[in-house]
Amino acid sequence: MGVLDLAKGMGVTLGKLFSKPLTVSYPESRVQLKPRFRGRHVLTRHPDTGLEKCIGCSLCAAACPSYAIYVEAAENDPAHPVSPGERYAKVYEINMLRCIFCGLCEEACPTGAIILGNEFEMADYRYGDFVYGKEDMLVGQYGSRPQRREAERQGTPVRLGLSVQPREELEGVRYP
Amino acid sequence: MTAAHFWITLLKAVLVALALLTTFAYMTLVERRLLARMQIRRGPNRVGPLGLLQPLADAIKSVFKEDVLATNRDRVVFFLAPLISITTALTVFGAIPAGRPGGFFGANPWVFNLDIGVIFILAFTSLGVYGIFLAGWASGSKYSLLGGLRSSAQVISYELGQGLSILGLLILVGSANLRSIVHWQYHHGWLIAFQLIGFACFLISSFAETNRTPFDLPEAEQELVAGYLTEYSSLKWALFQMSEYVNMITASALISTLFLGGYRGPAFLDAVVPGISGWPYLWLLLKIALFLFLFIWVRATFPRLRYDQLMRFGWKVLFPVALLNALLTAAFVGLLPGLSPWILGLVSLLILIALLALGDRLLAGNRKLARGSAGD
Ligand code: SF4
Ligand code: SF4
Repeated sequence: MGVLDLAKGMGVTLGKLFSKPLTVSYPESRVQLKPRFRGRHVLTRHPDTGLEKCIGCSLCAAACPSYAIYVEAAENDPAHPVSPGERYAKVYEINMLRCIFCGLCEEACPTGAIILGNEFEMADYRYGDFVYGKEDMLVGQYGSRPQRREAERQGTPVRLGLSVQPREELEGVRYP
Repeated sequence: MTAAHFWITLLKAVLVALALLTTFAYMTLVERRLLARMQIRRGPNRVGPLGLLQPLADAIKSVFKEDVLATNRDRVVFFLAPLISITTALTVFGAIPAGRPGGFFGANPWVFNLDIGVIFILAFTSLGVYGIFLAGWASGSKYSLLGGLRSSAQVISYELGQGLSILGLLILVGSANLRSIVHWQYHHGWLIAFQLIGFACFLISSFAETNRTPFDLPEAEQELVAGYLTEYSSLKWALFQMSEYVNMITASALISTLFLGGYRGPAFLDAVVPGISGWPYLWLLLKIALFLFLFIWVRATFPRLRYDQLMRFGWKVLFPVALLNALLTAAFVGLLPGLSPWILGLVSLLILIALLALGDRLLAGNRKLARGSAGD
């Protein structure tokens, strides 16, 4: 290691001193995620009929390596079906503390009902609040539970800290 | 000594201590910000505007942290070690002259003025190593002991090189009084021009003396779990940090005073703005800031040396080169009196360049040798 090399090293650090930092000032500016980032789940609907895709088959629960999913199926009322199949998920819960966001549920689902979205800001205070139900995950629900709670308290719209290119499986989901 | 003199000196001492501690606090912030920017990060910017209150938050944190006491510690020495460190660090700065006599509201802008100024500073900074060594010993843990031992070995080795590297300077100036040295430089030009080798040696050994990267082996986080600091926490830990930074500031001030004209600006600037070289404090502060930046810059760039590399460099490179410089200057002053010191400066420059080029060759040869023996 010669003196010239030492000087070269000093030059590199000095040059970096005047370059723009790579840091994203996260809460103020949004993080740019890759499109296939696996975040909070979304329960999708058929775009034409508006019926829920989930038929309550529990295959996702069976595939889940961390037993994070709980599904309770019920028969559809033929006059007012919730899903196009015979049955639908009456209760559909995912424990976000157990979930490892592996995406196996997404792969197991025969109807493409459960898709991992891009939201990740789910930090909360109570264990119970991490069990997300259908109302938290159905398409059109914007933001995680604590984010929506905070937005309601302050009377401001939910603000996500991410931006990402849309993914086609996530029908109807648009992130900023 | 009159009573008034005593009170004024005390006041100055307190002011210097306060100034040093404030500088220390903000040095930590500046260092973290600069390091971050050199690593393309942003650094601490959350506490207060631009992170300016970060030192305050750090201070509150370290005061209220739990003071963990090692079971095997030596009760008295464990407590005494940080005090030794910080006391020596703070004391030394008092010898640095910050302006012309009477420049501080009629008082002299230094706390004490000794005829053996340089020697005193060198001696006292080496006393600071007792703080580190005793800390390592009193902690009663092997990592701390290793850190302490490393530190004392390092300081002893580099102390020699440092002492020898200013010998040439002392021969040229003919006085160890810091004020005379500054005065000499005002008339003859900055000593860095005539004592380039001495400057290089002194700068390098200053890094070693203050335990900064690339010579920060005593507190190597990776292999020694922070060395002598392992068992320290809370305020005592903060005192050690404080003394390291104060030592750094003192070293910067000392280098500026010895080699860069001290509190006086360059004389040729007087032609542009009359009297600018005499502006008090400004020049010293500028020079100190320059060297502090250098300390941070080097820390951001270089990795830590291995212990044998450190020792080999200290004894086989720094020491002989510093000795060579002293002999050269002595020969020049003794054999060719009356010759302009600029010639000495030119010779020094040539020798330094030759040494650097030769050093590369030697290192390359060593590496080949090492590779050959490893293959056997
Ligand atoms: S992402 Fe993986 S862990 Fe999470 S619910 Fe789906 S299958 Fe379970
Ligand atoms: S999400 Fe898919 S796999 Fe899970 S119960 Fe519904 S249809 Fe079955």
